[in-house]
Amino acid sequence: MKFTQDQLGWKPWIEPLAEDELTEEHREALVDRARAASPYFRLLARDPRVLHARTKTDNDIFHNADGGLPRAERELAATATSRSNGCVFCASVHARFASHYSKREHDVRRLLDEGVEAEQDARWRAIVDASVALTETPPRADVAALREQGLDDLAISDALHAAAFFNWANRLMLSLGEPDES
Amino acid sequence: MTDIIDQLVGIAPGSRLDVLRRRRPDAREHAQRTHEALFVPSFELPAGRGVSDIGLEEVTQAERHAVAAFVAGLHRQEAVTALHAAALDPDLAKRIAVQAEEARTTGPYGRYREPELAGESVEGPRYRAEGIDGRLAAALEHAHLLVFRPREASPEALAELREAGWSFTGIVTLSQLVAFLTFQIRVATALGALA
Repeated sequence: MKFTQDQLGWKPWIEPLAEDELTEEHREALVDRARAASPYFRLLARDPRVLHARTKTDNDIFHNADGGLPRAERELAATATSRSNGCVFCASVHARFASHYSKREHDVRRLLDEGVEAEQDARWRAIVDASVALTETPPRADVAALREQGLDDLAISDALHAAAFFNWANRLMLSLGEPDES
Repeated sequence: MTDIIDQLVGIAPGSRLDVLRRRRPDAREHAQRTHEALFVPSFELPAGRGVSDIGLEEVTQAERHAVAAFVAGLHRQEAVTALHAAALDPDLAKRIAVQAEEARTTGPYGRYREPELAGESVEGPRYRAEGIDGRLAAALEHAHLLVFRPREASPEALAELREAGWSFTGIVTLSQLVAFLTFQIRVATALGALA
């Protein structure tokens, strides 16, 4: 399997909770109750307080539309981070979002096919580079190129939070199971 | 309790960065709640927050802080390391610091599991714990894998944790703890650059 924008499944390597084992606390921890169908979220539900806080953090970083970076570019930062860490599953989901919100499917595809060094316009170059630098261990935060592209503090903060959050998400997805093509 | 990211970055109430963080109020609040759900026993917090008694049976308080001090040490984050080392027995804190210093490298790297991506695999060190007891040693080795070469994670790596005595729920908490710290440290780094 290569990096792709196709819809992938994900199968866990250790047992999630069964749907009928979920208590009210588990269901609340899912935030979106439809996630009870997902083995990934039913696995994370084993520690419900952490799952709940993780999900609220995730939703605000990506969905809070009060100013800052457009959703497309928050998803670009998530995709670049996932490409850099090597999370095929996370990259597939967030590349689809990046393509959808930006209407730039070819640019997103080039990021997946050729990697984080693939050519992009100056603004996307700055966002991809900042995401990759923050993903290194130890991390580097270089905001000069983002400022040059006209991003204000809130937009820069959104880009870097999206990259930081995918350092969290990639490590869970990569280490608790694997993508499933079926 | 004090907001840990504010404390790490030195953000004062009402300052420019405080105002910036409050534009994303749920992200700010729940980054802190995650920290509490991983590190602060629930009896020290309002109802429903912190680590429950059952959670502490799955992963002990000392294990939580020992792994966190190791992960922060791998990131060369002195303030985060000190925060967790202070909660440990001094002898264990010292052994963890020595392990982190020896295990430090730069990432991400690792072998792809996907054959089509083999050309992008990058080799690098694989850490083995020394002078640490079995269950914690397995956790530190897994933490190193997650920090530096997450693409190399495997069912075999989880089987090693199981053999060392980690339950399924304990593995989920341990994985969240390591992964969350890689987020928290990066948010602090990012906000530091905006200061």
